[in-house]
Amino acid sequence: MKKIEAIIKPFKLDDVKEALTGAGIIGMTVSEVRGFGRQKGHTEMYRGGEYTVDFLPKMKVEVVVADAMADKVVALITAAAKTGSIGDGKVFVAPLEEALRIRTGERGDNAV
Amino acid sequence: MKDPGSGTRSLPWRIVFGLVLACLLAVGGWVFAQDKPAAPATPAPAAAPAPPPKPDPGGTTTGGIADVTAKEAGKPTLAEVADFAGHNRVSINLMWTLITGFLVMFMQAGFALAETGFTRAKNVAHTMMMNFMVYAIGMTGYWIMGFALQMGGASPLATLGGTGVLDGEFAISLFGKDFGLWGTKGFFLAGSTYDVGVFGLFLFQMVFMDTAATIPTGAMAERWKFSSFVIYGFFISMITYPLFANWVWGGGWLSQLGKNFGLGHGYVDFAGSSVVHMVGGVTALAGAMMLGPRIGKFNKDGTPNPIPGHNLPMAALGCFILAFGWFGFNPGSTLAGGDLRIAVIAVNTMLASASGAIFAMFYMWGKYGKPDPSMMINGMLAGLVAITAPCAFVSSFWAFVIGALAGLLVCWSVFFIERTLKVDDPVGAISVHGTCGAWGVVSLGIFADGTYGDGFNGVPSTVKGLLYGDASQLVAQIIGPIVNFVFIFGASWIFFKLYDVIFGMRVSPEVELEGLDVPEMGAHGYPEVHGPATLVHAMGASAVRPPSMSSMAAERSR
Repeated sequence: MKKIEAIIKPFKLDDVKEALTGAGIIGMTVSEVRGFGRQKGHTEMYRGGEYTVDFLPKMKVEVVVADAMADKVVALITAAAKTGSIGDGKVFVAPLEEALRIRTGERGDNAV
Repeated sequence: MKDPGSGTRSLPWRIVFGLVLACLLAVGGWVFAQDKPAAPATPAPAAAPAPPPKPDPGGTTTGGIADVTAKEAGKPTLAEVADFAGHNRVSINLMWTLITGFLVMFMQAGFALAETGFTRAKNVAHTMMMNFMVYAIGMTGYWIMGFALQMGGASPLATLGGTGVLDGEFAISLFGKDFGLWGTKGFFLAGSTYDVGVFGLFLFQMVFMDTAATIPTGAMAERWKFSSFVIYGFFISMITYPLFANWVWGGGWLSQLGKNFGLGHGYVDFAGSSVVHMVGGVTALAGAMMLGPRIGKFNKDGTPNPIPGHNLPMAALGCFILAFGWFGFNPGSTLAGGDLRIAVIAVNTMLASASGAIFAMFYMWGKYGKPDPSMMINGMLAGLVAITAPCAFVSSFWAFVIGALAGLLVCWSVFFIERTLKVDDPVGAISVHGTCGAWGVVSLGIFADGTYGDGFNGVPSTVKGLLYGDASQLVAQIIGPIVNFVFIFGASWIFFKLYDVIFGMRVSPEVELEGLDVPEMGAHGYPEVHGPATLVHAMGASAVRPPSMSSMAAERSR
């Protein structure tokens, strides 16, 4: 199994979700996160004063899939989340030791 | 996904809806059936029949001689007609005064939203409740003694029936002239002041006082102890506001500068640029200086940091409510619905609000690259504050100019207060109400065009400013704000200083960093923002528990 974590632009969440559900992925976890990469923060104005927002709002999508599906899911997320401008985000893939469905006790690929 | 319960739930609703509709149709049909001309089933009796009562859908015949109260119905004597006309005049004036007073009362909501929107989410309950409670506290203090000090010597109230019961003014004699200082009738509205005219006046003056009292809560927000605020509420409503208002509106010495010293019509402030707004703004300055800036507002080198407000739509809505309430504030200050100048006053008021917003917008756009939302809001309010004194005395052109200059002035003033004086005013109250209030009364001394105000403050002829030939009026208009600043700033500074030394005015840094809501008020304004409900409840000793999963499941399956 692989755990795929994607940090994306908030307004791209719907596109990513649709791409994944369209490919048969039936579950995912989404959190509102803040951070920065090469894009850094940006400046805003309030009453004539500038201030910097260092941590920009992003969405983190977490999906756990069987090994065979991992490359396809990464490709789908990348395609759906891409705008081509700086700040599009990143995708991380990590091996996953175990998964367990609480209700039935199923384990491994059956549980995702 | 469709709620499985919706199908079963909707059936009873359909039945209820159907029954209600059927009842309405039945009743309506019966009512209209009654409207048909009576069927000539019974032949009319030969004796002169009383004509059937006729409705007046066009409104052309309702109200006539029969409605004049007379001993012999339909045939009033001249004295009875005159009586009735006089009663009607006072009725119209009293009703106008009350209704515009109700509009001004609603400005409390505008202030509450504007100030809370410009402050941070962690302090909303505290900021909102200061704006809320100042209404109740101020009203109580004003009823106890504020009104008496302000209006106790204001009789006769010409437009409200000429009642003469407010006839006590304490004055000292200097240079052979009387200097009225405060009124002495009307404490608790008791005794001889239990009078309709006086009560109408009380309501109107009370909501004005509360407008002044709620201004400092914005400039002093996010760091002021609520207990200190409560005592302040009594202080401004019982002492400082009533005294200055007496000098201008209660027959006191500033209003008599014309009669006594030949300075135009004396100090003229039609609806309160200085009496209401500058008093609030100057008190706010003294309070904000005493409290010091919020943690993080200024860097070590003295440069300011922006601390954005948490809800711009809330602030903009508050500004709109204020602009709406201003239609009570300015036109209502005639205290007379029969004074047709109210049309001019209302139009001047709205024009100045427009130019204030527009000029603040262009200034910020040009200077900082964007039309800053919070400064456009401040700009509209600045125009309104400035036109409040001259609204009855100037043409629409000058009203627009006065508002436009206020829109620029408020921007400069905000930066001056923040960058030069290093005073932290989260909402811009000192600039909007203090600076632009002073500009408003001075502008009257320049632009008043002599079309209104015959006999104002007991001086014959109309009110004219510098441009229309009366330089002495401008002198009076400059004395007023100077007296305002010296007295209000001095008295407020002494009060705040004493309070600060004895009890302390400012919350501890820990409380300020956490947010004032829980430490000061015991409750978050936005509990869910600060974590899931269960976490927030766990912070206190609350017995509130989320419903158990099993009971939720039972609910769903029903």
